[in-house]
Amino acid sequence: MKKDQLAVLLLASVLTASIGLARADETVTLSLTIKDRQFEPVEVHAPAGKPITLHIKNLGSTACEFESNELHVEKVIAAGGEAVVHVRPQQPGRYNFFDDFHRETKGVLVVP
Amino acid sequence: MLPSLLIVFREAFEAGLIVGIVMAVTSGVAGRGRWVAGGIAAGVFGACVVALFTQSLSKLFGGSGQELFNAGILGFAVVMLGWHNVWMARHGRELAAEMRAAGQAVVTGAKSLAALAVVVAVAVLREGSEVVLFLYGVAAADGGAGVGMLAGGAIGLVLGSLVCLLTYLGLITIPTRYLFGVTSTLIALLAAGMAAQAIAFLEQADILTAFDETVWDTSWILSEASYPGRALHTLIGYVDQPTAMQLIVYAATLAAILLLMRLFAVPPARRPHAA
Repeated sequence: MKKDQLAVLLLASVLTASIGLARADETVTLSLTIKDRQFEPVEVHAPAGKPITLHIKNLGSTACEFESNELHVEKVIAAGGEAVVHVRPQQPGRYNFFDDFHRETKGVLVVP
Repeated sequence: MLPSLLIVFREAFEAGLIVGIVMAVTSGVAGRGRWVAGGIAAGVFGACVVALFTQSLSKLFGGSGQELFNAGILGFAVVMLGWHNVWMARHGRELAAEMRAAGQAVVTGAKSLAALAVVVAVAVLREGSEVVLFLYGVAAADGGAGVGMLAGGAIGLVLGSLVCLLTYLGLITIPTRYLFGVTSTLIALLAAGMAAQAIAFLEQADILTAFDETVWDTSWILSEASYPGRALHTLIGYVDQPTAMQLIVYAATLAAILLLMRLFAVPPARRPHAA
C-alpha cells in the first residue's frame, strides 16, 4: 500500500505543479470600465497565445453581464461592482464581447 | 419592451426545458407537482438571494466566487440527476408495475422526487438570478421606459412557461414502454451537459487549465447563441467550441452514469414475481 500511496502523491504533485506552471507569469492583464452603456476602451489588445485577465469595473447604475460567445466567458457584474474574468490564450483574430443585459454595449478584443 | 422580453425569455427558455423534462419524467408519481413547485419556489428564492449578493459572491475566492458557485451547484445537480437514474434503474420496473397494478399514481419515489426537485431549483436559480438582476436594474430605471420593460420581462416569463408546457406535453406522448429508456437518456445527457458547463466555469475561473485547447468550432453550423443552439445546449450539452477537458468530462459523466445504472440495476431473473 505504501508504494501505491507514494505513486498517487507523486502524480498529484506533478499534476498540481504542471497546472501551476501552465499559469506562470505570462498572463496579460487588461482593464475595462462600463459607463453610460459603453465600454471604455471599446477596443482592447492582447498578444496571441498568452492567458488574459480582464479587470472590469461597472461604473453604471444597473447590473450588467459581461459576455462573449467567442471567448467563452459570461459574468454578471452588479452596479458599481467589479469583476475579474480569465480568458484562455487566443489565436490572432477579433473577438467580440458585449453586455448581455444591454446589447448595444459592445467591444472587441484584438489579437494581432 | 422587446429587448427585456427577449433577455428574460432566453433565461426562462432554458429553465423551462429542464422543468418540462422533470415534469414528464415524474408523470404518474404522486405528489410530484408539489415537489416541482417547491423546487421552483426554492430556485426563485435562491435567485433573489444570489442577485442580492452578486458583488460579495464575486469577490470570494480571489474574484472567482461566481464561477465557483455556478460550478458547485451545477455539480450538485449532476449528482442528483445521476442518482435519479441509478434509483430508477433499481426501482423503475417495480414502480411501473405498481402503477399498472394500482391503476393510479403511487406514493413511492419520494427520494427520487427530492433529487429532481433539487435539479429544478438549481436550474431556476441559475437562470433566475440573471433575470432578477436584469429586472431590478430595469425597475430602478426612469419611469416610463421601466414599466414597458417590466411588462416585456413578464411576457418573457410567460413564454418561458409555455416552453416548459410544450416540452412536457411533447414528452408524455411517448408510449410507456419506451418512456423509461427515453427519460433515462434525457436525464443522462442533461447531466453530462451540466457537467461540461461546470467545467467551463472552472476554466473561466482559471482553476482548471489542463486540456484547454478548443477541439472544434461548429458555430458556423449551429451557434450556441441561437435558439436551436440553446435548446441543444440545455438538452444534450451542445457547445459550439468545446475544450478537450469539457469533452472528456462530458464522456466521463455519461460513462459513469451508465456504469452505475448497470451496477445497481436489478437483473430480471432475480426479481420476485408479483403475487
